[in-house]
Amino acid sequence: MSGRKHICAALVVLLAGCSGQQAALDAAGDQAATIGDLWTLMLWVCGFMYLLVLIFLAHAIWRARHALDAEPLTHGSGSRAEHPLRMALGGWVGLIVVGLFVLSLATFFIDRSLAQARTDDALKIKVTAAQWWWKVEYEGMAPDQRVVTANELRLPVGQPALLELHAEDVIHSLWIPNLGGKEDLIPGRINSLLLTPRREGEYRGQCAEFCGLQHAKMALDATVMNPDAFTRWRQQQLTPAPAPSTPEQIRGHEIFMSGPCAACHQIAGTPASGQTGPNLTHLASRRTIAAGARPYSFEDLRDWLRDPQSVKPGNHMPVVQLSDSDLNALTAYLDSLK
Amino acid sequence: MTTALPREADPAEITAQHAQLTRTWGTGQSLFERLATVDHKIVARRYVITAFVFFVLAGVLALLMRIQLAQPDSHLIDPDRYNQLFTMHGTTMMFLFAVPIMEAIAVYLVPLMCGTRNISFPRLNAFSYWVFLFGGVMIWIAFLMNAGPETGWFSYVPLAGPEYSPGKRTDFWAQMVTFTEVAALAVAVELIATILKQRAPGMTLARMPLFLWAMLVTSFMVIIAMPAVMLASSFLIADRLIGTHFFNPVEGGDALLWQHLFWFFGHPEVYIIFLPALGMVSSIVITFARRTIFAYTLMVLALVTTGLLAFGLWVHHMFATGLPHLGSSFYTAASMMIAIPSGMQIFAWIATLWDGKPRFMTPLLFVIGFIVIFVLGGLTGVMLASVPLDLQLHDTYFVVAHFHYVLIGGAVFPLFAAFYYWFPKFTGRKLSERLGRWNFWLFFIGFNVTFFPMHILGLAGMPRRVYTYADGLGWESLNLLSTLGALMIGASVLLFIVNAARSLKQGEPAGDNPWGASTLEWATSSPPPPYNFMHIPVVTGREALWQPEPRQVLEGLSPAHREVLCTSALAAVPDIRQHSAEPSIWPFWTAIATAIWFIASIFDARAVLWGSLPVAVCLIAWMWPTPPRVLQQRTAP
Repeated sequence: MSGRKHICAALVVLLAGCSGQQAALDAAGDQAATIGDLWTLMLWVCGFMYLLVLIFLAHAIWRARHALDAEPLTHGSGSRAEHPLRMALGGWVGLIVVGLFVLSLATFFIDRSLAQARTDDALKIKVTAAQWWWKVEYEGMAPDQRVVTANELRLPVGQPALLELHAEDVIHSLWIPNLGGKEDLIPGRINSLLLTPRREGEYRGQCAEFCGLQHAKMALDATVMNPDAFTRWRQQQLTPAPAPSTPEQIRGHEIFMSGPCAACHQIAGTPASGQTGPNLTHLASRRTIAAGARPYSFEDLRDWLRDPQSVKPGNHMPVVQLSDSDLNALTAYLDSLK
Repeated sequence: MTTALPREADPAEITAQHAQLTRTWGTGQSLFERLATVDHKIVARRYVITAFVFFVLAGVLALLMRIQLAQPDSHLIDPDRYNQLFTMHGTTMMFLFAVPIMEAIAVYLVPLMCGTRNISFPRLNAFSYWVFLFGGVMIWIAFLMNAGPETGWFSYVPLAGPEYSPGKRTDFWAQMVTFTEVAALAVAVELIATILKQRAPGMTLARMPLFLWAMLVTSFMVIIAMPAVMLASSFLIADRLIGTHFFNPVEGGDALLWQHLFWFFGHPEVYIIFLPALGMVSSIVITFARRTIFAYTLMVLALVTTGLLAFGLWVHHMFATGLPHLGSSFYTAASMMIAIPSGMQIFAWIATLWDGKPRFMTPLLFVIGFIVIFVLGGLTGVMLASVPLDLQLHDTYFVVAHFHYVLIGGAVFPLFAAFYYWFPKFTGRKLSERLGRWNFWLFFIGFNVTFFPMHILGLAGMPRRVYTYADGLGWESLNLLSTLGALMIGASVLLFIVNAARSLKQGEPAGDNPWGASTLEWATSSPPPPYNFMHIPVVTGREALWQPEPRQVLEGLSPAHREVLCTSALAAVPDIRQHSAEPSIWPFWTAIATAIWFIASIFDARAVLWGSLPVAVCLIAWMWPTPPRVLQQRTAP
């Protein structure tokens, strides 16, 4: 793109008011919408105060043109303007105090309303952050009703979701701007975050607290679905992984189970039950791989398996040397895990 | 001692007195004398130049980051290097540039503004500079050897702890903090003592220039804030080197403890940088508006209020950590309240310009730039004080935009104004006004082009501290724009360096008081002689050099001894003649010993013990009473 096009595009972004799948002002949930209202109020109040300062400054500069050769005013308190300026200062401070009062009160009541939202019918989800991916667990009535997935968060529209936040190693921060504000995940502490999605769609969250080498590539795909679709998805996630069907998939399955893969990853319904890395039971149903590092596709998955360190340098998945045919087989097997 | 009108000048007598005072106070050309000097002006000049070099280095790192971010999915810089870049950028700007340069300028100006011959505790002052220099050089050597810290300038644990940041990188960082804090604390003590005890006779507290007030408040803040971070960095290095568990939740430590300790220092730190800048702005506004400051008393109260409030709002850096929200409301209120004293001061400056007879020269241009930029940064600060809104904006580019508006607008613009304003006093020559205007406009436009788009980027979801970002999130154009702006800032700083280098040789000679200013540093020659003032000036009003009555001086300080006049803390009534320390090489050796102590302890925990021995020996030599014989020689005719 040429520079001029970039500048035009920048203006368009300015005017469009930041819409997108990771935008704080493009609210798709109650919390983001409420905070968006607070933003609007702030913008108006602060914008007005800024304007007043600029007008006063501009007037001072404009007025100065006439006074270039005058003597210094060494006793300013003797100036004729001293008294009116003092009155104006009083008014200005009063205005600031009123403005701050309005903003503090608005802040306080909005904060209270967000904190007091009802959570009894909330969907309970446990999110655990690790360098550099998200483990997402949907609690069920019984242990076998628990859905475990990674790097994706699916929410039914209209139902509050209460996220219980844990951290495995260092501090991370969960932030899905379209749905609401962020909350840190801190080792040794349990935090929570309430999100009430109101608009179906695909959004994107990202770790917001610097968490080391690959902080930049620690995204979370958030999908707000209609409740029926969500229930279907949840049921589908409860099923064990499908058995490999083609000869290539069968060979990929063997490579997975006999190689180092199974030591770190779990695939429900198979002997692979590693807990260090993401659960892969329904890997192929996800939107991205490696916490948003690449979109999900057969080729991207194969690139990732061939050399995870070039796709996301420094991540904790080691390079496993495989021949091209083994690599294709392994990819074919994982790609069958819908 | 007596107060007198300056006597009719007998040129021969003046020359003789100048020669004798120069013998008493001067610094020779030999290497030994240069290392041993305790002249506050020489130490300050080194301090300013060193800090400015760090500013340029950190600026280069910023440009590298901007080049990396100009395009999505860029592979120019690998993530490890990028993380070192932003850590070193923040660390250098905060610890090695912003605080030191403010203190450096104060070390130069405060004794002159007070009308005294040297700073108090001059050897401590020399020591402070060497410690600062060694700490800065240490971390930069580590960085150039690819062992630079990579956990961000506030080094959150556990990421910065032994488990997730192995190697020596963070150890260098933690010790660098110790170095610079020792240096800062030393300067703070000197400035407080100088301001409270060495003001010229008649300069009551109520007549003190606002810059002195700002430095007084700042120095007290340093003394209260810095120990918190030294404690934090000591805990951190103990966790890393000797296996303590202050921050390890598994063993009963707490990851959030670090954040509390760090921000209890870290937030006041911002005002420690910002208050001296306000003092500079006041000086410049008065001089160029040619009017006494409007609402002096309120200005002083605003400085003090800001200094106090600064300690009550550190939690606004931690709203997303899950602390109880109801309690956070207190910090929201405290953070917003800062807007009251700041708003008052902004009004007073504009009012002074409005009612004055302003001359729009480069220093005043930078001050106007400061007002335009800083007020915007202050207002986004009010937004960030709001808990719910902060949860959206925290740790995004919106915050990056906010603190650059506050810190560049609030400190770097005043600093450039100060360079243009006091350069004639420092060097005897003026900076070029023509280049100065280019310098200003490039900086002002470049700054806004760089940082304004970041507000939008933050709202559009871009987190800070990412080494790259995916294409298609709508961040590409604004990032490119921001990089172009950064290049403009780079060009502007380059222009300033050219201007300074040229003006040193070819600048217009300045004379004692080129701007017709009112404070005492302009009552002596440019650059000032080693003894600052031949006679100690007597102050009769708030704007000392603008008083209508003839200027008086105080006689009675020996020209053959290093003597300074101490006055009472409130009313500045002459009190005693105080001996001012002779030059000594021992502050330099003590700093070397301290550096060995701090650096060796990174590699060997036992060095904490054995390293203290050379420091003790050097300190004893430093404090050794001066033999009377030396004084006898000095009093000989």
